[in-house]
Amino acid sequence: MRFGIRPGSTLERAMAGNAWFVYAFFYAPIITLVIFSFNASSRVGIWGGLSTTWYANIFRNPEVWDALKNSLVVAAVSTVVSTIIGTAAALAIDRYRFRGDRALDGILYLPIIIPDVTMAVMMLLFFARIFAFVDSFGPRLSLGLGTIALSHIAFNISFVAVVVRARLGQLDRSLEEAARDLYAGPWETFRRVTLPLIMPGVLGGALLALTLSLDDVVVTAFVAGPGSTTLPVYVFGLVRRGVSPEINALSTVMLVASIALVAGSLLVQRGPGRTSELAHEITHE
Amino acid sequence: MTSTLAPEDEAPEERPPEGTEVIAHEGLEARAAIAERRRGFFLGLPAMVYLTLLFVFPFFIVGVYSFATRSATGSTRLSDWNIDSYVKLFDPLVVGIVWRSFWIALLTTVICLVVAYPFAYYIATRSRATRNVLLVFVMIPFWSNFLIRTYAWRFLLGSDGPIAQASEALGLGTIRVLFTPVAVAIGLIYGFLPFMILPLYAAIERMDWRLVEAARDLYADGWTAFRKVTLPLTKSGILAGSLLVFVPSFGAYVTPEILGGAKTVMLGSYVVRQFQQARNWPFGSALSIVIMVIMLAALVARQRGGAKEL
Repeated sequence: MRFGIRPGSTLERAMAGNAWFVYAFFYAPIITLVIFSFNASSRVGIWGGLSTTWYANIFRNPEVWDALKNSLVVAAVSTVVSTIIGTAAALAIDRYRFRGDRALDGILYLPIIIPDVTMAVMMLLFFARIFAFVDSFGPRLSLGLGTIALSHIAFNISFVAVVVRARLGQLDRSLEEAARDLYAGPWETFRRVTLPLIMPGVLGGALLALTLSLDDVVVTAFVAGPGSTTLPVYVFGLVRRGVSPEINALSTVMLVASIALVAGSLLVQRGPGRTSELAHEITHE
Repeated sequence: MTSTLAPEDEAPEERPPEGTEVIAHEGLEARAAIAERRRGFFLGLPAMVYLTLLFVFPFFIVGVYSFATRSATGSTRLSDWNIDSYVKLFDPLVVGIVWRSFWIALLTTVICLVVAYPFAYYIATRSRATRNVLLVFVMIPFWSNFLIRTYAWRFLLGSDGPIAQASEALGLGTIRVLFTPVAVAIGLIYGFLPFMILPLYAAIERMDWRLVEAARDLYADGWTAFRKVTLPLTKSGILAGSLLVFVPSFGAYVTPEILGGAKTVMLGSYVVRQFQQARNWPFGSALSIVIMVIMLAALVARQRGGAKEL
């Protein structure tokens, strides 16, 4: 009776059934997609035996490779920058009281709830104005990988901060106090005690930033110039024209990469209660 | 814990009037406190500057653009300020799109809440080890590729897809779901259900179960205890989850674009159209302002609803 519901009661069994239903709902569509990506038949819904033709086709497509290269460059740059800025912001909010701490807490939450279309419009108009301003002095700037990376950093900062804060929330403060008592300066304490302790959170945050950057469609599509298509934007263009076995194969590759990064991120952060802490942080509870 | 819920953990001494503190206890401790505060400020500064530049400042640029003029060629002139874009919001076509986005987002939110509450309750009441495993399997779809997860439904529901083929083979006839509001709602529920589960889980997990026990000791039946104790205690989770599902659903672009087709245009797709095909940036900006107003209204509603219980 600890949780107000008797184990083995009809109510509990109904809830267990609901839970299984939710997991099936989450995973059945993607598993089906993965299976059918190996379908030999070119009619996507009819099983015609195993084949890896579609994978061979996509790996021979130079457009896929170009888009992938752009995606990786943007993801690498935005991950490194956002991890540094996001970790610093998480430390600032978790550890210190300073002028503007509430405001920072508030704007860090914005990229998490704001619909991506709105974010895309904001970034596009921002760059349009900045370019108009800079161009009046001579240089000609244009949209491209640079603007994509700058935009990705903007939303990634928040997500890195969320993950690092979840880790900081679990930290035993007395270890840092002990270091300070033993005459370690603030920087030394950070480098030798705090940083190693929050490293799983920092790495987890970086992996998530990488994932989010590799997944983004809308913001990228808005701030991409000609010739700077990323992989998701390329795939989105294909998807709008309809279903094809090649898209199934390409989707499977991207999904596996994405899930591997997420799983990796959760794995490096693992520990008792850490996933719960993350749930609290994501929802700003 | 964040500032929204715990204003009391900031002691009043944190922000003394400028200067007084230094004079009052001119010691190492006071100077250390100032150094600490400065350190916090400088750690937070890069994020503050970056997000102000790319989120707060553009917010105002969008506002300015919404009053600008669209020239005949489709370029935007930042002169002859007018409210034409806002007048256009009352066009029956636009009202129809906003209304459709609203009810599809509402339907998505309600279904997510009904499914996610018992689900979150179930996982939050498992043993610690089980709970973490169950939670990881919610986190994976939460963070993994949204476009591909939406595409999976396009593939499943397509006229040539496995569901259609199976139903034909079984003699059930053809099922036409793709390119309807139902398909869009399925896609949104699929995409945003974890956003409802996580805050509900967070709220249920930290609930004090002794209060439910006390209610039962006082002869409340299960339903009454739930309605009078559990539900009010988890209200912050319900509000947070509803916000996290409703706002992105209302402004969704990828899902209606892939699963809704030309017949089920939602606000997000309509905004993109203004920037990419119609080249009417002022009107696109005004539509974005509508999304942001709804977002802010939802944020305020959450804050109000959450504050009442404290």
